[in-house]
Order: sequence, then C-alpha cells, then structure tokens
Amino acid sequence: MQSSASDFKNNARRAVDDPQLRKALDHVKTGFIDKRAKAVAKLPEFEALRDQSRDIKDHTLAHLDLYLEHYEQKVLEAGGQVHWCATAEDARATILEICRQAGATSVTKGKTMIGEEIGINAHLEANGITPVETDLGEYIIQLRGETPSHIIAPAVHVTKDLVEADFRAHHKHLPADRPLSEPRQLLGEARQVLRQKFLEAEVGITGANFLVAETGSSIIVTNEGNGDLTQILPKVHIVIASLEKIVPSLEDATTILRVLARSATGQEFSTYTTLSTGPKRPEDLDGPEEYHVVLLDNGRSRMLGTEFQDVLRCIRCGACMNHCPVYHAIGGHAYGWVYPGPIGAVLTPGLIGVEEAGHLPNASTFCGRCEAVCPVKIPLPKMMRHWREREFERHLSPLAVRGGLKIWTFFVRRPALYHFAAGLKMRALAALGRRKGRFKRLPFASGWTAYRDFPAPQGRTFQQLWAKQLRAKRGRP
Amino acid sequence: MAGDAPRVGLFVTCLVDLFRPSVGFAAVKLLEASGCTVQVPRAQTCCGQPAYNSGDRADARAIALQVIAAFEGYDYVVAPSGSCAAMLKEHYPALLRDDPTLAVKADAFAERVYELVSFLTDVRGLEAVTAPFEGRVTYHDACSGLRELGIKAQPRALLATMAGLELAEHEDAEVCCGFGGTFCVKYPEISNTMVTNKVEAVERSGADTLLAGDLGCLMNMAGKLQRRGAAVRVRHVAEVLAGMAEGPAIGEAPAIAKAPEG
Amino acid sequence: MSAGREAILGAIRRSLKRGPDDRTAKAAVAQRLSGHPRGLVPARSQIPPDAQVDLFVAQATEQSATVHRVADRESVPAAVVAYLKAENLPAAVRMAPDPALEALPWDGQALLEVARGPAVESDQVSVTAAHSAVAETGTLVLHSAATAPTTLNFLPETHIVVLEAAAVVGAYEDVWDRLRAARGAALLPRTVNFITGPSRSADIEQTLQLGAHGPRRLHIILVDHGETSHQGR
Repeated sequence: MQSSASDFKNNARRAVDDPQLRKALDHVKTGFIDKRAKAVAKLPEFEALRDQSRDIKDHTLAHLDLYLEHYEQKVLEAGGQVHWCATAEDARATILEICRQAGATSVTKGKTMIGEEIGINAHLEANGITPVETDLGEYIIQLRGETPSHIIAPAVHVTKDLVEADFRAHHKHLPADRPLSEPRQLLGEARQVLRQKFLEAEVGITGANFLVAETGSSIIVTNEGNGDLTQILPKVHIVIASLEKIVPSLEDATTILRVLARSATGQEFSTYTTLSTGPKRPEDLDGPEEYHVVLLDNGRSRMLGTEFQDVLRCIRCGACMNHCPVYHAIGGHAYGWVYPGPIGAVLTPGLIGVEEAGHLPNASTFCGRCEAVCPVKIPLPKMMRHWREREFERHLSPLAVRGGLKIWTFFVRRPALYHFAAGLKMRALAALGRRKGRFKRLPFASGWTAYRDFPAPQGRTFQQLWAKQLRAKRGRP
Repeated sequence: MAGDAPRVGLFVTCLVDLFRPSVGFAAVKLLEASGCTVQVPRAQTCCGQPAYNSGDRADARAIALQVIAAFEGYDYVVAPSGSCAAMLKEHYPALLRDDPTLAVKADAFAERVYELVSFLTDVRGLEAVTAPFEGRVTYHDACSGLRELGIKAQPRALLATMAGLELAEHEDAEVCCGFGGTFCVKYPEISNTMVTNKVEAVERSGADTLLAGDLGCLMNMAGKLQRRGAAVRVRHVAEVLAGMAEGPAIGEAPAIAKAPEG
Repeated sequence: MSAGREAILGAIRRSLKRGPDDRTAKAAVAQRLSGHPRGLVPARSQIPPDAQVDLFVAQATEQSATVHRVADRESVPAAVVAYLKAENLPAAVRMAPDPALEALPWDGQALLEVARGPAVESDQVSVTAAHSAVAETGTLVLHSAATAPTTLNFLPETHIVVLEAAAVVGAYEDVWDRLRAARGAALLPRTVNFITGPSRSADIEQTLQLGAHGPRRLHIILVDHGETSHQGR
C-alpha cells in the first residue's frame, strides 16, 4: 500500500476539522472502550492471561525459525502448500500465480491487514481478476475506494447515511425506492448482494489471526461468517499471514484467544473461531481442493533481536487505538498507511522506514493508555521513544525543534547559569503579563497561543524566593 | 526507615520554579507539617524529560547523573509533579541500566523518589487536611502520575476530608489533556482537540475549580479554559491542600509571589 | 519458493544470533510441542458436569442462540418441527448425513421434508450434530467429516444443532484433549468450527445486528439423558 505517512501533519489537520469523522469516532468510546472494560471485569483471570499471552509470544519469537519449520511440515502433511515470501512483491506474484492457475475471474476476501500491506487488491485488478471484500466494513470501504481506518472495524469512520448513499449508488439492480436508512436494512442488503459473490468465486483469500505450529492450522476469528464462506466455498483457499502470527500449540492459541476478543470488541469469544488445516479430505463433502499459505516477512525478521522485537507480539486486537486520545482526535487514515493508532506508530517505521513515517511515533503524549490495555503488554510508548532516538541520531527532527532543545539542554546542564538567566527572563515575562495574568499571543509559542492563553509566570523563580527566605532566616537572631 | 524528622530534598521541577513558585512553597508547607525537614538543592534545574522524550538519550543521561548527584544524602526526594517523579523513579534506572555501577546508584536513588501527594499519604500516613476551602472541585488524573506511579485515590482521599470542598468527578478524568511536553506545540491541532474535550468535560461537571498534580497539564487546561472565557479556576492540588489557595489562580492577574513570612 | 524460505529463515537466525542446529533451542521447541501445556483455565467452568451444562445454556442464550432442552434423542425430530413452526419457517431441512442423526425417528414427522448432504443456496434450514460444546463461553464445536459438511453451518439462514449434554465440557482445552484422544496422529480435520451464537456485525456505526453472512438464527436442541453416560470424560 502507498504511504502518505510523511504528510501526517496535513492529514491530521484535515481530520480534526472533519465533523463527519468526529461524529463517527464518538462511537469508538461506547462501542469499544466500555465493552472491553465490562468483559475484563467479568474475567478474574484476565491479568494473568495477559502475562501468559505475552510469554507465549516472547517464547515463540525467540524460536521463530524452528516453529515456522515445524508448521510448514505439518501443512505439507495435511496436503497444503507453503509459500515463503520475503517481500510484498513476492507475495503479490505468488498469489496472482495461484489465482491464474485456478482460472479465477473473481476472488472473495476475508479481512486481512496483510492483504492491505501488500496491496493485493490493486494487483489482482490490474491483472484482470476481481477481488470482492466480504467483511461488511471492508466491503463498505471497497465501494468508497478507501483504505481501512481501523484494524478490526475498517469502516469505523463512515456514518450510516454515507453507507446508505454508497449502497444506492452501487447496487443499481435493486429497487431505487427501497428503505435503507436502518443498519438492519443495510446489513440485509449486503448479505444479499455478497451471497452471490461467495458462490461464484474460484479462489477465497483469508488472513489468519494465528498459525498453529503443532497442527499446521490457520485460525480466523470473525463475527460475520464471511471468512468461513470465503474459505469453504471456492476451489482454492489462500491464507496470507505474516511470520509472527505463529503460536506453538493448540493450547497456546486458546490462551491468547481468551484475551483477543475481549480486548478487541469486549466479546468473550467471537461468533466464529475457525481452524483450517489443509484442503478438504477425500471423504469430505465440501471444502477447498487446494490450501495455500503465503508467509510474508516484509521487514519482520529485521525487527527481531532489536529493541523493537516486542512489537511483533501484536495480535491485532485494536485495543490500543480504541483507547488512544490521539486516534480519537484524528481517526485512522491520518496515519497514512495500513496500521493506525499506537501499533501503527511503532510498526510502520519498522516496515517502511522512519524517514517516511517519522511523525507517527512523535505524535504521542506518552499517556500510556495503549500499553495499559495491550493484551500482550507491548511497551508502546517506550518503542515510540526508541524511534525518536533513532531520528535524533540521524538528525531527522526539524531544525527548530532540535535547536530549541539544544538551547534548553545547554542551560539545564549549567544550573548556575540557568538560575541566572531564568530569573531575568521570568521577571520580564511576568512584567509583560502582569495586567491580565496571561498572554493571548507569544512569539515562539504560536503553536500554543493559537488555541489557548499562556499563563504568565509569577515573576521571581522559586529558587530566587527560597534563597531570599534562607538569607532572611539566617539574618535573624 | 528514616527517623522522626526525615530529610527531604525538594525536586522543585522547572515549571514550578519558573512559572509558579507558590506550588513549591505549598509543597514545603505540607512536607514540614508532616514532620519532615526540607532542603532545596541549588544544583537542580530540570528532570530531563524534554531531552529524553525527544530521543536525546545522551543529554538525558547526563542530566540524570547531575540530578542524582545533587540529591545525594537525602532520605527522600519529593516532587510536586507526577511526570517528573516518574522520570526520576522509573526512567533514570532505565537510562543508566547499561553501566552496572551507575545502575546500582540509580536504583538506590529511585527508591527514595516520590510524588508529593502520594508521599504524604503513603509514606507519612497523612489521612486528613484541615485547610479550609469552599467550592466544587474536580480533579484531573495526569497521565504519568496515574499510569506510572498509581496516583489516583490519594489526592481524592485528602480532598474529601476538607470541609466545604465538594468533589465532583468529570467524565474521562483519566484521559490525557493533550499537553505531552513538546507535543502540544509540535502537533497543536491534535493537542487542541484533546484539551477541548478535556475542558468541555470539566465545564460539564459544574466544578468551579480544577485541580491536578502536574503544572504542565494545569497550564495547558487553564490556558484553554481562559481562551473560552470559562469561569473555572485552576490550581495545583498542593496549593489547596496547604491552605494557600487565596492568591491568583493559574493564568489570573496579577502578580509576583512573595515568599511567605518566616 | 525455496529461495524465499532460505532467505527468511536465514534472516531470522541472523537477527536472533543463532544457528539452525542450536540444541537448547530445538529441545525447547520439541518440549513445548509435545507437552503442549495448558495456560491458565478460568475457574468459571471448572464446576461439576451438571453445572457445566447449565452454564453452557446460560452463556449460549446470552449470545443470542436459543436452547431447547429435551429429555432424550427420540424427542429431537418433534423439537425441530416445533421450532420451525414457532419461527414461521417452512417445514424443510437439510440434514448432515450423520448416522446418529439418521437413526432419529424422523418418520414420525410426516410433514417435515428432510434432505441430506452439503448445503445448497436455496436451503433455509440446516440440522447438524455438534462434536462438543464449551461451557465457558457457550460455544459449540463442530468439525468437518464425511458425515458433517461445513457448508451446513454457514449457508442456511437458520442452523439447528443437536447437542448431547454429555458432550459439554468446561474449557476449550478439554476439546483439544478429546480430539487428540479420538484422532491420535491424524489430528485435525480440514475445519474445526467454534460457534458462539448466530452471525452478527457491528460495522455500521457500532450498532450490533444479527445475521450478517452466516446464519441469523442458531437453535440448539440439547439432549439430556437423565442419567448421563459421560462418555469420553
């Protein structure tokens, strides 16, 4: 997928001024935050399960090559095929080839963020194959020609009336005067329209929430059932997954599954959690004849063994962005690439480079809410700080900021000079601001004063007053 | 454990030092009332967060060593700021972990560091304050204090013992106010959206006074409230607890603080 | 693409600073795979079998499945007919070609049309048997087999599942134990479905709606045996 991450400041500015987006994002609070809190309150073991999930992921990452090898062996035993793709280009080429061999004209897709990452839809379309998104949120944004703005609720930025308008514009074969203002009606129409696509497709592409090394299985977690229809109806089932989706055993999968749905939507378990292992067996009455797993690296192996390794624990629940006040202010598209929110701020520079994505880890107050809700305890603010360190080393931060910081640090490291200069400056500032007690405008601080007043200092510094008080005390008998 | 009159080194914080010394004097008053002797090492300036959070690890490290040296020999190091206290307590050890000798020093230092209000309640056992205050107060949970140091119940517990003070929670009290150090000037539109949400919630709570334990957050919220012409007055919680809430609130005219008598 | 395989595995090992034949690492992996230790299983479902069945019913109902408890297997066909009538659905079902379901007294329901096999688009109601069910979250477990085509679980708008009380277990991990015991080395079938309630979506303004692409209705006929035989426990 093409990145606009370097244009973050403009993206963000447009987003905060978009009333439609603001209205849509209001739903994130009650939709996700409250529900997660309720689900967590209902499970006394939740905190312990977070620790165990983190430990499973850490263990797996430390042995990633070995688990991947075992996984491949089991997939082959079950009659499936594994395609190891180092780059997005390799993955696109592989998937296209499989589709061509299957004689595919249309392909149904379950939700897959890896699919977004490699830009598979555009690639298939450019080669005469029609991809049909079947997850309702993905379908909505496909009609709108947009990319997902949230990793589990791709159309969270779209209000109901916009969906109605899109359906009327695209489903021209349906009666123009049909009622479509209620979510129930919109859902019914999507079901009807997509049913035919499910049945026609020669190839079905899904992502995978987990790959299980013990059995060579892929696991998808959905509520709609679209992922299941995608993977059981067509002749060919392709799973695309990045390397770090692997977990060792079935028990490890269910341990982490217990924190996944609760963290994502506040459900205890999703409606459909499905394990697929190889193609249909000879005695099966339905199911795909071919099962392909496309394993994607695309920069993950490079992050192993670095200070960023922990971000590979991510299980794609979306809790971090659901709780992030920056995400609430700007929505997902402003982040400019596949992964929004705090996970995007850490992962994106790792995958597409900090030169392109440098704003993302900087646009954070380090409030820490993300880390507090991450089911696998990824220290997200710490990783964002590491990216800032990398930028600092490479002189990537803007000159004004670097310059200002250098001046401040110069004084901070020389207390005597600092106290002297500070005393003078604060006295002058206080004198200027004495009448109102605050400034409506201040040179060098326009970012502040554009939106709020700047409180004037009291005048003397604490150190000056304290020293004066000590002198006065000593002067007493 | 320190004896009956523990020696506290006050970490003033750069914002209190430069902008609102009255918070520092309130802190001293509270600490002395709880039975501590208080000194203020002259060789302190800043905790190093600006450098640290901008990725300037080398300068942050140097500042850390400077602060640790300046506060050698005190039983406790207390700061009227959750974010500065967290920087000293949680992040100095992280900064100095690579050098075994310095790591030991940093850990020993970190153990003695506390944020002001939680020090009074958790270490000095303060359960009530007798300072007078009339008004409806709402309390903002500054992020570092809340999530890194677990400060939530303590200020509320003390405020609840003040006759005449009515405590009213505002919606999303735990959500970031949008200050974030340089964040508010680097991404002003995003910061503005966040602080607007915060002050709207404060206004809806019906409170006439907004309190918190971090001056950066307070200046951010005060500035926004005043730009909106809101009547809410903003103070540091230490000023109210110390009974020193008579003077101008943050951003109000006029005046140069005088050092308290004696 | 074996070039891709070597490139990726090589890159991983370089990053982890470890060769492919590290004995300690290999032993750790072998141990975890063969031992597959359980994580923490929530206490909620670690209760006596009868209580587990009640918990299953409560959880499944909360997730918008409907549950009808019948005394014995013979009552199932009548229960199916009664449900279809109550829901105003046509008296026609597509049933899984499962001998256990075949053995039920469908003849006693003369007005009910019973077809067998995998689902086709025009099927409105399916009848399948569950392998087991997880009390912890009210979750049914079904898997593909010659006698159990997976399309029956997803294509029709109404899915009726016959579940034996003795097949209710506490936690997901109990299901893994059962599958391993029954299947040994040939571990998993093509599809294992964990189903909790009917299909749903909240993609439109975060408003929850039932009946997205999978079934709109999930009806569970739970067969108590009275003195249950607790097979396989």
